[in-house]
Parts: sequence; structure tokens; C-alpha cells
Amino acid sequence: MSSDQTPPAVKDVSTQEARMGEGADDRFNSTLREAFGSTPFILTKFDQFMNWVRGSSMFMLQFGIACCSIEMIATYAIKHDLDRFGAGIPRASPRQADVIIVPGTIVSKFAPRMKRVYDQMPEPKFVVSMGSCTISGGPFQEGYNVVKGAEEVIPVDIHVPGCPPRPEALVYGVAKLQERIANGESSPVTVKPYELEQFGDLDQDELVQHLADEIDEDDLVMRYNWDDSP
Amino acid sequence: MSLEKPTTPAEIGVTEDGLDYDALADLLGGHVLDRETHVNAEGFVIRPDEVQDVLSTLKTEAGFDHCACVTAQEYDDRYESIYHLRKYDDPTQELSIVVPSPKDDPHNQSGARVYDTADWHEREAYDLVGIDYDDHPDLRRILLPDTWQGHPLSQDYNQSQPQIVTLRENANPLQDDKRSEDDPDTMFVNIGPHHPATHGVLHVKTVLDGEQIADIDPDIGYLHRCEEQMCQNGTYRHQIMPYPDRWDYVSAGILNEWAYARAAEDLADIEVPEYAQVIRTMSAELCRIAAHMLALGTFALDVFGDFTAIFQYAFRDREVVQNILEDLTGQRLMFNYLRLGGVAWDLPEPREEFFEKVRDFLDDLPYKLEEYHDLITGNEIFQMRCVDTGVLSPELAKSYGATGPVARGSGVDYDLRRDDPYGYYDELDWNVVTETGCDNFSRVLVRMREVEESARIIEQCVDLLEQWPEDDREIQANVPRTLRPDPDREIYRAVEAAKGELGIYIRSDGTDKPARFKIRSPCFSNLQTLPEMSQGEYIPDMIASLGSLDIVLGEVDR
Repeated sequence: MSSDQTPPAVKDVSTQEARMGEGADDRFNSTLREAFGSTPFILTKFDQFMNWVRGSSMFMLQFGIACCSIEMIATYAIKHDLDRFGAGIPRASPRQADVIIVPGTIVSKFAPRMKRVYDQMPEPKFVVSMGSCTISGGPFQEGYNVVKGAEEVIPVDIHVPGCPPRPEALVYGVAKLQERIANGESSPVTVKPYELEQFGDLDQDELVQHLADEIDEDDLVMRYNWDDSP
Repeated sequence: MSLEKPTTPAEIGVTEDGLDYDALADLLGGHVLDRETHVNAEGFVIRPDEVQDVLSTLKTEAGFDHCACVTAQEYDDRYESIYHLRKYDDPTQELSIVVPSPKDDPHNQSGARVYDTADWHEREAYDLVGIDYDDHPDLRRILLPDTWQGHPLSQDYNQSQPQIVTLRENANPLQDDKRSEDDPDTMFVNIGPHHPATHGVLHVKTVLDGEQIADIDPDIGYLHRCEEQMCQNGTYRHQIMPYPDRWDYVSAGILNEWAYARAAEDLADIEVPEYAQVIRTMSAELCRIAAHMLALGTFALDVFGDFTAIFQYAFRDREVVQNILEDLTGQRLMFNYLRLGGVAWDLPEPREEFFEKVRDFLDDLPYKLEEYHDLITGNEIFQMRCVDTGVLSPELAKSYGATGPVARGSGVDYDLRRDDPYGYYDELDWNVVTETGCDNFSRVLVRMREVEESARIIEQCVDLLEQWPEDDREIQANVPRTLRPDPDREIYRAVEAAKGELGIYIRSDGTDKPARFKIRSPCFSNLQTLPEMSQGEYIPDMIASLGSLDIVLGEVDR
């Protein structure tokens, strides 16, 4: 250790720059990278990370029913561009989608088909109901053929009211859904057929079990207590 | 191609100022039991077992080649079917054939052997009202599921009691997905009701022979949301007008509203101020452009299968129209802008800004259309897909009651804006577009050229509105707060909507609600031609034909 070796002159560089060294390309210096500062590591829980990922990359089902689907297309298209929010790739097959937007009036003939489409989507799956018709039947509520809301058939995470909602409203609804998913509030659920609900509160005695066994799950389409519907 | 109508040989009962119904009654002789006067035409009452004779006489000898609509309804003492007949050459020559049938066992002869279009119309009448048609080729439910109990528009039906449809009772669409029994070389395939190319929730049952279509049966009713019931439960003045927006929801709202406005105004003898007519004409044509843009975009989506350039371009341009319409009406899609006797409000202030916006749009339009022609009609691949596929001959188009761009693409020169003038159209300078190719390509071309004509109409309207004296801007006629048309008046009136002849039949009973409200949807009739077009063609050609028909399921199913 000779003493005439002077320490190298202290340059005014940040630790980050020092670590990246010479010749590193600007491209690597993303905003995210800068936010991490000198330690390019984050610590998180796996569940939280998964929720964040889930909310940030959603595949929508290309699913049009009625008037609202026109506004839904406008939401996907140039001006509003839902893709900006990481939720813009419409998939034609339910097997590749994880969000279904229900855009329009559901009638008795279509409800079973919609249930089938929903059942084909892989878990975890989320539902955004668009427009008044999917909340209550909307302007057609008194129609003899109209199902009074999407929740008669499938469970819904987010309702977007309006007749039809503006694209901005749908974007807001989807953003809210993402927020909920990222916060773990809208947890992936395995959906049980609705009719099983009526047995949910009962003790699983022999009779209840017998009745539950009688239900053919393929057959179940919608709630049977329409009279109590709003 | 021009506003001048080609002259046709004189037919029975045709006089210079309309129809001579006495001559027509003489032609039918003893078939006519009674004569009624409807607001739009006279009605001949005939026996329920002589429908075919009467209709075929009228079709072959009197030239009534267009069965616009079949309306069924139930009275306290009888059922009634009305065949609304008109002529493609001159739709102002109308005749209603009224067929009463007994209350306890309602049935009468079918007209489907004479007019192909009566097939679906009678099925609908059977489904909703419950009249049986003897000798009908295929009488089964069309809008409601097969398991439905009762006929919802008949008098004893409880409309508030919902019915449950389970998957078990509703035919499982996958069950028959195998080679059919009678022909081992064919395969049954379901297209829809959830399918990106069916423009909504249409279900097409196809039987394939290799890749060619051996048999095809469009199954509709997946969006039957009881529009007629809704309108019968609403009051004339304000409660009905929001619903037409939701029939053809592809931003053709004002065109549909106009259909209701025209029928109700003629029923109640309301005069619309001229200034309001100009605004109506302008806004209706803006709607037509928006609707045709969407038709173009989705057709490109069907044929090219891209969710990219053309589709997005069409939506970009449609968005401009929608902004203008939003400035005018306050809504993007469901305008609810027309009122009986006028429009809801005047043009937005400052008017100059609004006019400038419209003019900017019109100025850009020719370049945009040129771009579309480069991308679509000039594209060789597109031409190979569309030229000479989905051929619909003019005779078939007429027999199926096709109207709008579908008929005009087959060379049928029929446009109600010119032939049965309303609004301000007859004062303006524009042309009816026809193409004679009869194929998918022609139908697309007609729409693209109609956009140009609509732009011409809008431009003239803007000129007129700009120069309109400020103290003469009357937007609304004097209409009673509660409108009660005289009892037992019947009217069938139609306008040229984006897809064709959108007609409405109203019967009044002296109250403030219609006793019967029947919608004649152009898409419903146009869709009937699909089997004719695609029999023996390849599946992709069927998809192209479906796209070129430009159906909207909200209007097909109502």
C-alpha cells in the first residue's frame, strides 16, 4: 500500500449512474427505474402483485347486445381508446377473455346464451354491466320479455348507469374495476349457480342435501323469484 | 338516378290524382265485403279464406308488388290482419286488405304464397297476437322462445307475469352440432347468437356441405324487447318518442323518430312549421351519414377481419358527426330531439359556430370518401370478395319487401324521400342512388354514394337555415298538451330510414295512448333475403352478405 497513490477524484455522480456505468443506453433509464432509485428491487406480497397485474392487463370479451354496444365500440375506437388503460383488446372467444362488458337489454331468449358465454370464461372473471337495461331493465323494464337486469343471470362487479352511458363513463367504470381488482376488493370468485343461494343459509341436513342434489346445474339460468325483482 | 320518376304503363285504378278505389273494388268483384277508410288509404275487407286469391289478383293485375307490412291485432269481437300493399313504382298508391277472423278460433289463409315477405310477418303475427295462418309454409314462433306460453299482444295475456326460459326447454344450440341424419355429408353449424360477425345477437343456423351452405335459417328474437308493447303503453305526446331511438340504435335515431312523428302528426292532423322541417331534414341526414359510416366500418371488419385501419377511420369520421349531433340535441346516441309538431329546440347558439362546424365536416368529406374508395372499393381483395357474391335479383328483392340500400343495390329505384315526399326533401336538389350489380359490392357502393348525397342535402339545409329570417324561426306547432286523436282512425306511414322503409301503423281509440302500434322494420324484411343470397355460397360470402345487408338487431327484433 504505497501512500502516493491518491484516491480517485470524487466525481459528482449518483450511485445509480455509477452502477449503470459507462455506455449504458438511455432506454434503460425508464421512469420506473428512476423511481426505484439505487435499488432496482421492490418487495411486495405475491397476492398483491398478482392483483396489480390482473388489473393492469385485462382482456375484454367482444360481446355486443344492443344500443350500448355501439358506445362500447366507440370506447374501443380511436377517440376514447380504452387500450390506454390496459384493457383494450377485445377477444372474440370467451375462453380468452377475463372481463365481460354486458352492453344492453337481456331478454328471455338471450339470457341462457349469455349465461353460457359467461360460464365459458376462465376464472378469475369480472363483469361490467353497461347501461340501465343491465341494472333494472331500463326503459324496457315493463316488457313481458325483458330480464330485469344482468344480475338476474350473472354476478356483476361494476354497474355503469346511463342510457347509453357515454364512453367516458364506461372508461371510468373499467378504471374503477381495475382499481378494485388491484386493491384486492374484487376478488376472483368461483360463481355458484344462483339458485343454490337459497340453500346457503340452511344447515346441510339430509333434506337440504336432497333438494340441492335435485338441481341440475347445467339447467340453471336465472333466478326463479322474478316476482320479487325490482 | 334523378328526381324524375320513369313512367310506367297505366294500371287498373290509377288516375292522375291518386288511386280510384272503385275500379279496384270492381276488379276484386264479390271478394270485397266492406270498405273502410284509413288515413293513408282505403281498406277492403275480405273473407279469411280468400286471401290468396285477392292478393295474387292485386299483385299481378293491379301492380301492387310491395307488401310493406302485415299488422295483426285483436278487437273485442274479432281478430284482424291487415296487409299493407303499395307499389314500388309509386308508394303513394296504397291499399290495405283487411282480413277479419273469428274470436274463438282465429285463423285465415296465408299470403306467404303470394308475397314471400308475408312469411316472416305472419309468423310474427302468430307469435305475438296468436292468429293461425292456414297454408303457411312454416308457421312457428319467430321472436319468442318455442316454450313461450300465450301470445303477449292478445287481450287476455298478463303482460306483467314473467316467464322463465331454462336452457333445457330452450333448444341447446350445441346439441345438433353434428352431421345431420338425413344427409350424412352435411354438417350443422351454429353461427351466433354471440358471434363478432352477426352484428349483434343474430343466430344463424346453417347446414354446410363442405364449405358451402346447403341450408340456412336465421333465428331472431334475441333482442325482442317488446317495443310495440312499450309504445302502446305510452302517451302520444312525449312517452313514445324516446323508444324509436332504440330501434335502429346505430345513431339513426332522428330518422326513426321521424317515422313516429310523421305517423302521429298525420293521424292527429298536426302541421309542422317549415323551419322545423328544414332542421329535421338536416339532422336526419346527419344521422344517415353516421349510420352508413358504421355500416361501412363493420362491413370492412367482416370482410377484412381487421379491427384496425378502416374500422377505426370510419369511427373517427363518425365521431365528428356525433359531435355535431351532440351540439344540436345534447346526446350522443339517443337523441330524443323531435317532438310532435316540431323539434325540441332551435340550433345551438352561437349559430355561426355550429354552421362552421357542419361546413368543416362537409368540406373534409370528399377527401375522406376518396380515402375509403382507395381502401375499400378500389382494393382488389375486397373486390374479389364482394363482386358477384350474395346476388339478389330485383324480382326477389321486391318479393321479399327489401327496401333501402339493399333494394337500391339491386337496381330497384325506390326511395321514400323522393317517392312519398315528406319534410323538406322535395324542395332540395339531390339524387337517388341506385346500382345494378345486385351483389355485396353494389350494396356497399350505394351506401358510400348515399353519404355524398346526404352531404349535398345537409349543405343546402345549412344554406337555408343560415338565411332564415330571425323572426320566423318557428320550431314547434301548437299541439295540445294531451293528444287524443279521434277514435278508430288507422294509419300506416313510412319514412326512408337508414336501412329502408321504416313504417308505423297506429290505430287510435280516442284515448291518449295508441290502441295498436305496429312497427314495420326495414331490417326485418331485408334479413329475409339472406337465405336466398347465400344458398350454395361459401360461408365467408354469407358473412359478407350479412354485413352488406347492414341489419340492426334492435330493429329486426324490436
